[in-house]
Amino acid sequence: MSSADVESPFKRVAADFAESRLALVGLATLILILIVAVGAPWVSPQNPYNLATLDIMDSKLPPGGHSLDGMTFWLGSDDQGRDMLSAIFYGLRVSLGVGILATVIALAIGLAVGLVAAWSGGWVEVVIMRLVDLQLSFPSILIALVLLASLGQGVDKIVIALITVQWAYYARTVRGVALVERNKEYIEAATCLALSTPRILFHHLLPNVMPPLIVIATVQVAHAIALEATLSFLGLGMPITSPSLGLLIANGFTHLMSGKYWISLYPGLALLITIVSINLVGDQLRDVLNPRLQK
Amino acid sequence: MLVFIIRRMLQSIVALLVMSVLIFVGVFVIGNPIDILINPQADQAEIARATAALGLDQPMWIQYWDFLRHALTGDLGRSFSQNVPAVQLILERMPATVELALCAMLMAILLGIPLGLVAGMKPDAWYSKTIMAGSILGFSLPTFWVGLMLIMVFSVFLGWLPSTGRGHTTLLFGVQVSFLNWDGLTHLMMPALNLALFKLSLLIRLTRAATREAMLQDYVKFARAKGLPMRRIVGVHVLKNILIPIVTVIGLEFGSLIAFAIVTETIFAWPGMGKLLIDSINVLDRPVIVAYVLIIVCLFVVINLVVDLMYSLLDPRVRLAGARA
Repeated sequence: MSSADVESPFKRVAADFAESRLALVGLATLILILIVAVGAPWVSPQNPYNLATLDIMDSKLPPGGHSLDGMTFWLGSDDQGRDMLSAIFYGLRVSLGVGILATVIALAIGLAVGLVAAWSGGWVEVVIMRLVDLQLSFPSILIALVLLASLGQGVDKIVIALITVQWAYYARTVRGVALVERNKEYIEAATCLALSTPRILFHHLLPNVMPPLIVIATVQVAHAIALEATLSFLGLGMPITSPSLGLLIANGFTHLMSGKYWISLYPGLALLITIVSINLVGDQLRDVLNPRLQK
Repeated sequence: MLVFIIRRMLQSIVALLVMSVLIFVGVFVIGNPIDILINPQADQAEIARATAALGLDQPMWIQYWDFLRHALTGDLGRSFSQNVPAVQLILERMPATVELALCAMLMAILLGIPLGLVAGMKPDAWYSKTIMAGSILGFSLPTFWVGLMLIMVFSVFLGWLPSTGRGHTTLLFGVQVSFLNWDGLTHLMMPALNLALFKLSLLIRLTRAATREAMLQDYVKFARAKGLPMRRIVGVHVLKNILIPIVTVIGLEFGSLIAFAIVTETIFAWPGMGKLLIDSINVLDRPVIVAYVLIIVCLFVVINLVVDLMYSLLDPRVRLAGARA
């Protein structure tokens, strides 16, 4: 076989992914959101947390209103006279940061635990999988709430809660896939070569376990962001010093009754667009990386 | 079958014990509830008296042992802030939550299954695609934000529905319920819809996937060949066969509805146990938090058990696996 016939896996995935226009739109939106989130200090019209630039006289202006010094609030301003657009950019930064960080750590933990369970078998596997089953039988929001009730507030606490909620999904998936993979011939070959266990686990098994994990991780980032927003809304999530989208929405809730809808509406839309675009990308990745659907 | 039930019960008890330790230790770490419950101007003697009265001066394991001993007799301590038994406080609030959850589940079932059937029968029709797009949206929308938007549209802008509370309640079999009078019903509508949305999307997707598979089966072809009308094929033959996974999911999701009611109740100020939990967390009312979680855990254990048993009753093929477990 000539090397020209062998398509690189990344190229194949990219080509398959591009087949769905909806997924491409999702990806483009997601990239845009990421750029805005990372570059919030540079693209925001205002630094919403620099109290010196805020003027209480500009508070609760409707979308399109002008501040006293002539700045336009495209999405209105909140009760502190803060530009909502800027607050949303900064909020995206916090929400995405927390969601991605928690997912990556949970993925690493779940991966390690799942591999250990699949490889060692015996009582280690039984104990780990019982724990996973026990945890997965409770809704994530309940576990996160109880954890935060006992840990208290803070960025680190919410990341811990989001990791605790997620790791079990990965552990279960990894174990399932690893159990199938370990009986395949390439693992047998590696064992015959007397390679060390870590080498077999991380060089041979790991790359083959990754595809389903990538799919779950994508969708889980969206879950983590939504869960963090919910917890922040309930007053148990992010502290007021680093307001995520959930906290912005909660802040707007108090003004909703007087018809000042924009303080809650726009952060919510930003949250919705983020979650939908992640889900679109995740859905398409699932189809692309699913070997059963491959032509 | 009996062995299966006994085994499951034992597992449930172990799960309960593990959870009770985790929760107790977790809640113990929060800090000293005395700081919150006592008048800040209280003197040392007063603080010591209150600490002793609440049993907070004992070592942790004694506190846990006391807690466990009392828990077995149904006494989970008294609420710090309201000085009534925590269990009583929660049980008083439970009917409101159960009513809300049942109503939401009913909405999800009555809308989700027919929509899923329609989408599964003709997956390529425009209305099926619309239904599916709607269900993706329903999955992605954060529940709490939808609640806010419902209030914004129906209470603030249109002024059609009330946004907070339970409204008038009617006594039914000794339980206060909202759905029997118009005022209560208008109060119930929005929170129930809010809570139902996620489960509705789930049921649509589940029913659609199951229907698509069932439509390809031989028995459907045979029914068609017999000349049965489509309504009968779908309503009797297909529905019967896809009902098993759907019933399971409905059962399992009922527990999560009660958990998610925490969010909905907080938004709509619905006086259920979820709102009680959030209020208790805010004032560090330890016994209520612990009692809530333990009651929820019991509820989940019972629901899981019932669903497992129902599953094996509905589908004879599962009994084999159950006997082996």
